[in-house]
Amino acid sequence: MKDLRILLDVTRTHLLSRFKQTAIATLGVTFGIGTFIIMVSFMTGLNGLLDGLILNRTPHIQIYNEIKPSERQPVDLYEGFADNLNVVRSVKPRQTQERIHNGAAILNYLKGHDSVRGATSQVNARVFYLAGSIQLNGLVNGIDVNEEIRLFNFGDYIVRGSPEDLLRTRNGILLGAGVAGNMSVDVGDRIQVSTVAGGLFSLKIVGIFQSGLAEVDNVQSYVNLGTAQQLLGEGRDYVSNIHVKLYDIDEAGPMSRRISDQFDLTALDIQTANAQFETGTTIRNLITYAVSITLLIVAGFGIYNILNMLIYEKMNDIAILKAVGFTGRDINVIFISQALIIGLVGGLIGLVIGFGVSVLIDNTPFVTEALPTIKTYPVNFDPAYYIIGIVFAMISTFFAGFLPARRARKIDPVEIIRGQ
Amino acid sequence: MAYVLEARHLDKYFEQPVRFHVLKDISLSVNRGEFVSIMGKSGCGKSTLLYILSTMDTDYTGELYLAGKKVTGQSREQLAHIRNKRIGFVFQFHYLLPEFTVLKNVMLPGLKLGEKSTEEVREDAMAKLRLLGVDDQAHKKAARLSGGQKQRVSIARALINDPEIIMGDEPTGNLDSKNSENVFQVFRDLSVSRSLSLLVVTHDEDFARRTDRIIEMGDGMILGGGHAPAPAS
Repeated sequence: MKDLRILLDVTRTHLLSRFKQTAIATLGVTFGIGTFIIMVSFMTGLNGLLDGLILNRTPHIQIYNEIKPSERQPVDLYEGFADNLNVVRSVKPRQTQERIHNGAAILNYLKGHDSVRGATSQVNARVFYLAGSIQLNGLVNGIDVNEEIRLFNFGDYIVRGSPEDLLRTRNGILLGAGVAGNMSVDVGDRIQVSTVAGGLFSLKIVGIFQSGLAEVDNVQSYVNLGTAQQLLGEGRDYVSNIHVKLYDIDEAGPMSRRISDQFDLTALDIQTANAQFETGTTIRNLITYAVSITLLIVAGFGIYNILNMLIYEKMNDIAILKAVGFTGRDINVIFISQALIIGLVGGLIGLVIGFGVSVLIDNTPFVTEALPTIKTYPVNFDPAYYIIGIVFAMISTFFAGFLPARRARKIDPVEIIRGQ
Repeated sequence: MAYVLEARHLDKYFEQPVRFHVLKDISLSVNRGEFVSIMGKSGCGKSTLLYILSTMDTDYTGELYLAGKKVTGQSREQLAHIRNKRIGFVFQFHYLLPEFTVLKNVMLPGLKLGEKSTEEVREDAMAKLRLLGVDDQAHKKAARLSGGQKQRVSIARALINDPEIIMGDEPTGNLDSKNSENVFQVFRDLSVSRSLSLLVVTHDEDFARRTDRIIEMGDGMILGGGHAPAPAS
């Protein structure tokens, strides 16, 4: 490829001898790519944060026993009416227990499953928080603290105290921030809880959690599994919910259908439970890409313009090169390579600037109620965006250089030389 | 042995602005080592003819031979290679690449040919520049040279691949008499010492008179002197 070296030598001389123009064209790309990186990193970072609000704490599959009418009524079972059109009016839900039958075995089965990252059981108990004569509605979740931390980032939402304290303290409770505020209690205080069945319990507040969703923070609190089972007066095998986290979130749908069929339980997958959040993500991504691509196209036009001008200025050079034996293809290569070098250099600088500004944003303080552990703006440093950025820079500059280069290729040297 | 350059029955038309028969049945030949000039009034078609002979213009009918080989009908890539290797050019307006050094200007066709290493091409280029007495300018940018110097550099460039023929389109047209004389002497030396063929379009009668042969053109036809004596076998 000796030829290429000579052509690149010409390219270099052209670019360096018009340094100002080259710099401006390069800056155009730098601006486009830099903005693309900043936009994408920041937007996807925010997206990740918003998704995380839901994804991190929402199980991919929730398994529970739903109170609902039987699908097959007794009349359907009787063969004598099989050919008839049977209508049953005023169907009532079936009397059934809230607990998951044989929960421990199901949990073990799920934990052993290949595509399951983890599964944890919960015991839900409806309670009243007692403040003097006032009763506040509440929901106590009995949880396996370690598994909740591992699978659902439970620790991120604890604003006072720590989840480990729950493990260490018998009859400890992690109170929702809203509940704690309403009752004006704090870590270390005790709180009276009465169950629906009428039992009265005194629990020690070991921490406050804040999910960012007021409706949750105002009613919910967490205790150990055992404590919740005690509240309900049930044994150690009582489980009301099983939460499953998978390796691949897309498997949630089919997996939940399988579980539901196999165990005759209700299994709710995350896509069904949170249909709105996927739409939001898609649209935010769409906006991000639309804006970024617009920026890159604008940069592309800048390059097109400058290369066009360059070719006008270099008419003589092109004629000479052709006269002394350079082919149209050579000329094409010279101008395309100029475009690509502008794209590459501009793109790389753009990546560096984009990265720099992203780091800056990443260190800008950002306080949100929703995520107590977040202290700065979220930025996504996914290397894929940097690869997309540089590839797009090369592609757009290639197309910007393509037409001018083709014109240069077609220039008839005789016309130029005779025109003098 | 064949002629270095031979044209048989060339015809060319300009289509714009109206169809115009610019070259009419041109046949000519140039021998090895011959110094030939083409003369004629402005607009008689002599430059047009030169660009056809130089293979840059392919829009003609007739046949063109270079050292006995037919050139007509070859692809653009092949023609570019022929120009690169076998034809040297000297134009009226020097036509150097202004942003490159003098040395690079001379080297470029050699590098393009790719038959020698960069080092060898550099040495060759320096030798040609020395031959033309401009080797002291080698590392200057071409744009900084005087007109006479530029023309000598462009002759050096024409020589870099040791072509069989050098073609000039009014190579002295833009030079004062002293520099014109200079260029003529260089051509004369090349023709004698290296038996290089030269074909030069010129307006300058003094210049033309001192060449070996004058091809006289008028109204797109050759009026006289078109044919070289049959080459010695």
